[in-house]
Amino acid sequence: MISTLGRFSLALALGIALYGAIVSILGAQRRNPALVESGRGALFAVFGLASFAVLLMVAALVGRDFSIRYVARNASLGTPLFYTIIALWGALEGSILLWIWILALMSLLAVVIEGKQNRESIPYATAVLLCISAFFLFLAAFPANPFASISPPPADGRGPNPLLQNHPLMAIHPPCLYTGYVGWSVPYAFAMAALIKGRLGDEWIRTVRRWSIVAWGFLTVGIILGGWWSYEVLGWGGYWAWDPVENASLLPWLTGTAFLHSVMIQERRKMLKVWNLALIITTFALTIFGTFLTRSGILSSVHAFSESTIGPLFLAFIGVILFVSFGFLVKRSDGLKPEGDLDSLVSRETAFLMNNLLLLGFAFAVFLGTLFPLLSEAVRGVKISVGEPFFNTVNVPIGLVLILLMGIGPLIAWRRASLESLRRNFSVPLLLAFLCTGVSSMLGVRGLYPLLAFALAVFAAATVFQEFYRGARARRQITGEGYLAALSNLTRRSQRRYGGLIVHLGVVLVVVGITASTVFKLEKEVTLQQGESLQLGRYQVRFDELAAWHEPQRFVVQGSFTVFNANRRVAEMRPSKRFYPSEQQPIGTVDVRSTPREDLYLILSSFTRDGASATLKVLIRPLVMWIWIGGAVMALGAVVAIWPGRRVLAAEPAKERVAWQPGRS
Amino acid sequence: MKKKTKLLLGVTIMIAALGYLIYGGIREAAVYYITPTELKEKGTSAADRAFRLGGVVVPGSLTWEPQTIQLTFRLTDGKQEIAVRHTGSPPDLFKEGAGAIVEGRYANGNLFVANTILAKHSEEYRPPQAEQVQAKELYRTLIKPREGR
Repeated sequence: MISTLGRFSLALALGIALYGAIVSILGAQRRNPALVESGRGALFAVFGLASFAVLLMVAALVGRDFSIRYVARNASLGTPLFYTIIALWGALEGSILLWIWILALMSLLAVVIEGKQNRESIPYATAVLLCISAFFLFLAAFPANPFASISPPPADGRGPNPLLQNHPLMAIHPPCLYTGYVGWSVPYAFAMAALIKGRLGDEWIRTVRRWSIVAWGFLTVGIILGGWWSYEVLGWGGYWAWDPVENASLLPWLTGTAFLHSVMIQERRKMLKVWNLALIITTFALTIFGTFLTRSGILSSVHAFSESTIGPLFLAFIGVILFVSFGFLVKRSDGLKPEGDLDSLVSRETAFLMNNLLLLGFAFAVFLGTLFPLLSEAVRGVKISVGEPFFNTVNVPIGLVLILLMGIGPLIAWRRASLESLRRNFSVPLLLAFLCTGVSSMLGVRGLYPLLAFALAVFAAATVFQEFYRGARARRQITGEGYLAALSNLTRRSQRRYGGLIVHLGVVLVVVGITASTVFKLEKEVTLQQGESLQLGRYQVRFDELAAWHEPQRFVVQGSFTVFNANRRVAEMRPSKRFYPSEQQPIGTVDVRSTPREDLYLILSSFTRDGASATLKVLIRPLVMWIWIGGAVMALGAVVAIWPGRRVLAAEPAKERVAWQPGRS
Repeated sequence: MKKKTKLLLGVTIMIAALGYLIYGGIREAAVYYITPTELKEKGTSAADRAFRLGGVVVPGSLTWEPQTIQLTFRLTDGKQEIAVRHTGSPPDLFKEGAGAIVEGRYANGNLFVANTILAKHSEEYRPPQAEQVQAKELYRTLIKPREGR
């Protein structure tokens, strides 16, 4: 019953999406409002059917309907309700279903919200969005059908992959990441609409920019949560391994970040029009490419779904996207001539240009490193991989220069920066950066990169604080407000600028967290007899006992360890191993004690059967928590930037100018 | 025009620097995938570079010394076997008869010193229950004291 209904709703949605795409274009070309309205209706219908399909799948999972193959593979009688529901995105078919639903929701929201301002281009954007939906609906209706049945139905299912039912973060990481991926469809659709229509004025920019920030924010949070999940669940003590699937999520983030910066040059100076469109197209293509990497099994990864046959379809889809998009770009290139010119090399334009080049260079290196095994096999017939050392060698220096630019960019003047303005804006941050270098080398930081990372982080943070402080002080002098009121009004008056600065602050926190947790990492693996202790850093860890018990869906062996800090008992920690019936091998579950200063990370590596001894791996990673906090700050900045408020920027260009001139206080 | 030239020059320098970084990074970090047979053929000539060796853990070859945290085993591709040593405990999915990829160096022509072990996750479906009984049997001694409480 559920199986039939599910298949029917997906097939119907596919038909409606195709219909809607066609009538939208016809309606726009023949200027027929009825057809356009019908296309818009298709968005509602697709969303309704996708929601229905998702509900059906949830019902099947919760009702443990093992006649559906997806349920039989990803749910079991013993799985708790929470993990049964989120099994919806635990495997390939379900994840595509969720993808479709998010895409349908975002398409609908975008078209409804933007409909008033972009009357001309909305039918084209609708058509593009429905085409993307149609592709994923095709996957779900045919090769990756979540409602495929199995006969005879098994008595019990296999349950979700143990790694996916080990931590509640699984509930928010994938939906966040998918929204981040899917979200780029909206700016892409509006950019394509502008290209197809040939209306390449400025009206599409605002729409595209707003939705890019939405997608970017979700992608950022999704990536950070992915790192956090990896850190808490995979039990190797790290959060980022330059794994293909991690890299796949980073690629659109990098090009998308480049776009968010270079689009400002277009808004201000009417330059880089072709470049910006190319960036949006690339970013969207990379989101599809990321899905392809995750779901094709072409590169092995801990995050990847098992192999499937849908890989070639994705490649074909990416091919079509690139061909059509760049085809239109070439066709319309006459209307994309720059209207402005670069005035001086010492200007914000140059800073942004460099930022773009570096972000793209970073992305290119990540792309190359990720695909290197495939490329080397194709070119030279030898399979060569480049792992973490490659990414660190190439990307750390690029990243450091980017942080420097992150401090310079927002404060340096447009067009031409005078020596006087440079001195006024950067002398304090520079001084603090030098101070930081001195202090951190006194505290024992060694090596060029770590010292630079901390110094540049301080530099960038100082520029942000200085900017907020100066802005608030100026407002206070004019209006007589208190500092807090001045700060909040200041932010409200140019949300995008101050939202962006808050994002930069978040990046600084992430950089500091990554640097400290990498450079000052301590690690030790020791076998302990009961009652024995080991010493690492400030901590002693004593092995107390081993215990084991049954839970409905698994069997748990847990070690108890008492942690002392200079003979003072600070914690009881319990890393464990969990045995799932469907798996041949246990899944380690780490215990992490997080403090703002450092994380203590315990892994139960192995133990003897009588429980007399246990092998324990202990890690100390300083400031890890600040990576997650930094991610939250970045998300906050994105929210500030797009929070609906007074459209000061659009209505009052004169004031915008004041708000956007740094150091004019 | 001078400004454009300068800009172009700057961009060229940046791209060149990037190219140099990538070239150096690849030279430094390249790890070749290799099978036990290929590695045996190379012998001592393979001593100076890192490899990713893939194979199946030979049943009966696995030893694990908890006190010294030493893991030794042999990897086979069906034709040749390579002895592997690793400092650290076996990863969760690692076991005899299962596939594994190890990354490290072939020190002196007879021992592969691995710094990383990647166990291959087997997707094969096992009927539930059977394995659960096994785990319970294995750790019976651990359960008792707790259940007695």
